[in-house]
Amino acid sequence: MFWDTVGYIFIVVGVVFDLLGCVGLVRLPDVYNRLQAATKCVTLGTAFLLFGVFFIYGFSALGIKALLCALFVLISSPTGAHALARGSHKGGVKLWEGSVIDLYAEDSENK
Amino acid sequence: MITVLIYILVLSVALCIYRMGRGPTPPDRAVALDILGTLMVGFCALLAILTEKDFYINIAISWALLSYVGTIALGKFLENRGFDE
Repeated sequence: MFWDTVGYIFIVVGVVFDLLGCVGLVRLPDVYNRLQAATKCVTLGTAFLLFGVFFIYGFSALGIKALLCALFVLISSPTGAHALARGSHKGGVKLWEGSVIDLYAEDSENK
Repeated sequence: MITVLIYILVLSVALCIYRMGRGPTPPDRAVALDILGTLMVGFCALLAILTEKDFYINIAISWALLSYVGTIALGKFLENRGFDE
C-alpha cells in the first residue's frame, strides 16, 4: 500500500514534467532552446513515470521491464538529442538573434 | 485517476504535433518527432497500469529502441544537408 502511494506520486510528477516540457517545445523561439527544454523535461518525466510503474508492481516481470525501459530512456534520449543538435548546427540552422554566445562555431573555426 | 493522467499526456502529444506541423525548419520537426517517441513510451506505461496487461510494457521497450535508432538516423541526415532559411 505504501509503495503504491509512492508510485502514484512518481507518476503524477512525471506526467507534469512531460506537460511542461511540451509547453516549452511550443513556446521557445529556437531549435536549440526547444531541444534543451523538451529533451530534459520529457526524459526525466518519462523516467519518473516508469520508475512509478516499477514501484507499484515491484519485482514482477512488468516491474523489471519498466525498470529496464527507464534506464534505457535515461541513456538513449540525451544521446539522440545531442546527435540532433550537432546535425542541425552543422546543417546550417541559425541561432536565435538573442543568443549570446556560440562556442561550438568558434571551436570549429579555430581547428 | 489514471484516466486524467492519460488526458494530460494526450494534451502534451497535441502540443508536440502542433510543433511538428508548424515548425519553421526541418530540425524542429525532427525534435518534435523525438519527443513524441519518448512521450509514447510513457503512454504505454500508463496503459499497462490501466489495463493491467503485461504486453504494453513490451511495446514501450520496443518503441524506445526504434525511436532511438530513428533519431540517430535523422541527426546524421540533417548533418549532410544545408537548410537555408
